[in-house]
Amino acid sequence: MSEKNSVGLVKAKLAQFTKPLKLTSGKKLPSYELAYETYGKLNVKKNNAVLVCHALSGNHHVAGRYKKDDKYPGWWDNLIGPGRPLDTNRFFVIGVNNLGGCHGSSGSKSINPKTKKPWGSDFPIVTVEDWVNAQAALMDQLGIESLAAVIGGSLGGMQAIQWTLSYPKRARHAIVIAAAPNLTAQNVAFNEVARQAIITDPDFYNGDYYRFKKKPKRGLRIARMLGHITYLSDDAMGMKFGRKLKNKNIEYSFDVNFEMESYLHHQGDKFAEEFDANTYLRMTRALDYFDPAKDYQGNLSKAFKKVEAEFLVVSFTSDWRFSPQRSKEIVKALLDNELTVSYAEVTAQHGHDAFLMSDPHYHGILTTYFKKIANQL
Amino acid sequence: MSAQFRQDFAVIANWIPFGAKVLDLGCEDGSLLKFLEGSLEVKGYGIEKDDAHWLNTLKQGLNVIQMDLEAGLSGFESQSFDVVVLSQTLQAMHNTEKIVHEMLRVGKEAIVTFPNFGYWRHRIQLMKGQMPVSKTLPYEWYNTPNIHLCTIKDFDEFCIKNKIGVKERLILTKGKPIHVMPNLMGALAMYRLVSK
Repeated sequence: MSEKNSVGLVKAKLAQFTKPLKLTSGKKLPSYELAYETYGKLNVKKNNAVLVCHALSGNHHVAGRYKKDDKYPGWWDNLIGPGRPLDTNRFFVIGVNNLGGCHGSSGSKSINPKTKKPWGSDFPIVTVEDWVNAQAALMDQLGIESLAAVIGGSLGGMQAIQWTLSYPKRARHAIVIAAAPNLTAQNVAFNEVARQAIITDPDFYNGDYYRFKKKPKRGLRIARMLGHITYLSDDAMGMKFGRKLKNKNIEYSFDVNFEMESYLHHQGDKFAEEFDANTYLRMTRALDYFDPAKDYQGNLSKAFKKVEAEFLVVSFTSDWRFSPQRSKEIVKALLDNELTVSYAEVTAQHGHDAFLMSDPHYHGILTTYFKKIANQL
Repeated sequence: MSAQFRQDFAVIANWIPFGAKVLDLGCEDGSLLKFLEGSLEVKGYGIEKDDAHWLNTLKQGLNVIQMDLEAGLSGFESQSFDVVVLSQTLQAMHNTEKIVHEMLRVGKEAIVTFPNFGYWRHRIQLMKGQMPVSKTLPYEWYNTPNIHLCTIKDFDEFCIKNKIGVKERLILTKGKPIHVMPNLMGALAMYRLVSK
């Protein structure tokens, strides 16, 4: 998509909350901050707001650039802008960095007002429910009573679902992409390996590494490498890298021989530089704990009894981390409650990461659905 | 829009109660559902496998679930719909028996329509030594999706054998009901089915 449909230069904002937030764990955050960005204009009726929820490693910088020469725009830039599927000529789009994040919102890395030192290991474990409650507090501050839609992929899709459960009257549409009603044992297992990589890094210091001016980069790097393997499909990896060698010949060493290794190293290194290990631990835990059916004997249909929102559910054929089967479970629970729902299973080769790509059919679906929402404003 | 009012829509609408919950299997671009929503205010859901059809159905503002009917209707609870419709798709299904049973599991009633292979125009073409091509069977033998064509007599026997009750049956040719020798004179067969 051309730059001319971009939201252009954007600025992050910071919202402060002094009303304590009760967390699912039973703990309380006495005060907190949320970093967020907005694109487009809130209309007079204040009914055109769309909240974009981020996944594991995302943040509030969803679209546009901070500076003209930024190498990359926001993480879902291909979706958002004037004339793009989520059209900023019609909608007021909001991106938030979730609690526990490391891009400006309160988290382990930020300063605990009580101690004036980084929260570190003291920052509580937060859940998807907690995130949604904090997001709702932000909506209160922005004067938004009801969101036209909440959209998210992966862990972001889980937040969209949670909105319709926690605030049935405050989200009119939920767009749930490449998500699941909970994690499978295999998914929890991947997360645990990632966490163990971080926790066993000698530079982790039980989560209080800031004090020692250290970062558990080795652990975070391995966690990210593992993650990347699961976000791609076998086919996508095969097509992109195959067995291509970095240099001409096999080197009979443990240095990078294969292109695949080179890619993983690069992704791991980059991530370990810019992301915070405590945030990674907390984000994966939020994923593990998400399970709206758990209070209903595992019956998702019962859990969805109070849902009022209309749903668009999208999955990708090659996504094995959050497979189409998992999306169908969401669809079934919605159908069982006679809710308004459409479901697309998009043929895609990119695996879980497909939700970030600008495949024409996929974007056609989102364009069509957002037009429907726009017509209801 | 490719939506062209098909002669069977009005009959289907006659067999569906006002405000019913309707599942349309193989809904194509959603024309039938749109018509039923407009005329009967049904709560409708379409099922469609094809990307382009699926998107066109969404464009009409309808609920549409992308899935392959051949896999059955496992995502749907038993008796959760008033009516399940399979309009001119039966003949293209691999698992013909399975889908009809699934329709009657999910729906309190099922409506099935199909082109009558026993229609005299088809028989004449066969007697002339060629595979029939007609308004209801617009394909050549080499590009037809229709793999399980049947006659009205065949389908009646299918219902008896599978213990399916025929609540109503209407045979049409050029939109007009046929009462005399329907298996010979009828082009389109429409059945309103219930479990026995």
